[in-house]
Amino acid sequence: MIFPWLDSSVSWLIETLDIDLDSQVGTAIHFFIYDTIQITLLLIFMIFIISYIRSYFPPERTKKILEKFKGIIGNFFGSTLGVISPFCSCSSIPIFIGLISSGVPLGITFSFLITSPIVNEAAIVMLFGYFDYRIAILYISFGILIGVVGGFAIDKLKLEKYIEDFVYNIKNANIVLPKMNQMDRFQFSWQETFDILKRVYKWIVIGVFAGSIIHGWVPEDYLVDIAGPDNPFAVIIVTILAVPLYSNVLGTIPIANALIGKGMGIGTAMSFMMATTALSLPEMMILRKVMKPKLIWIFIGITTVGIIAIGYAFNLILGVI
Amino acid sequence: MKIVKILGGGCPNCTILHNNVLSAIRELKIEAKVEKIEDFAEISKYGVMSTPALVINEKVVGIGKLKYKKVKGLIENG
Repeated sequence: MIFPWLDSSVSWLIETLDIDLDSQVGTAIHFFIYDTIQITLLLIFMIFIISYIRSYFPPERTKKILEKFKGIIGNFFGSTLGVISPFCSCSSIPIFIGLISSGVPLGITFSFLITSPIVNEAAIVMLFGYFDYRIAILYISFGILIGVVGGFAIDKLKLEKYIEDFVYNIKNANIVLPKMNQMDRFQFSWQETFDILKRVYKWIVIGVFAGSIIHGWVPEDYLVDIAGPDNPFAVIIVTILAVPLYSNVLGTIPIANALIGKGMGIGTAMSFMMATTALSLPEMMILRKVMKPKLIWIFIGITTVGIIAIGYAFNLILGVI
Repeated sequence: MKIVKILGGGCPNCTILHNNVLSAIRELKIEAKVEKIEDFAEISKYGVMSTPALVINEKVVGIGKLKYKKVKGLIENG
């Protein structure tokens, strides 16, 4: 509980309504109200700060930074910039073309593309809210790691021929970015916070709602045998189930949190969350405009393997601590 | 005459920008030719990586979501 005052206010409200706090209904209602408010507050605060940092790293600037690095260091920077660069799926094509046509190697471009959807600022916020900062840091580090390894593998496989030819024929221009003063940056950050919140809100409410149902009605330890840390196949099954599932990571976090409470391994839950966001059909269809199907399949394959590996690593590490 | 181009592959924000540009031109009573550029190859030639973007007389003057007041100022001075 990050906000004890909110916790006690919600408890007070529920008791005033004459609902037993320890009953299934009481637990579920408490979870729903408390979590919805907590997440909203955290999101507004954190997205604003992250958007402010982001205003210094638009993709045009990312490109200039990435042009300077080669090899695994390039993969590292590509992946790290994937965390902070503003990026929505409607921009993925211009970003892809911009990076490739200005000579950024395919592997480094992919490091950026892989990490970008996996590590999502709102997801960091929610992990911080539901678990603690260590899990949030682990999530960011592992997300960056998948991007580095995935991009490195794509580089070694020499897949340049699977890019649509027109991409290489584009002559990329460098532009002078319009200047931003502090006022512009604040406006940008506020606008971003509002837009992101508007876009993700329905997922959060659905997610928290599903989470409260699980929280209130699924028996304690119900999932230990099926999806607990000791079931060696849990991570693989959960990831493969989640890949075609199109959802927003924000909706999956409250669900993951509730499932962990019922005995699912944390690593397994992390894989579930990453798989739902990183790979989605609409995203793949957009990418088809610039790459041939084979490359898209390799992209899906590498990312899936990476996510499964992270699930096992998380279960292992958290099992030891 | 000013040539105003809106770069963007048909995302909701691109449509909003297009409408803002049209209203600004009407309000300022200036002559301008407005073009929508939706081809990604064409967009990339301007060095733009996030859409929508506003181009006036072949110069990129704004990227991302732009408020109406800002659009008006850019068209007036660009």
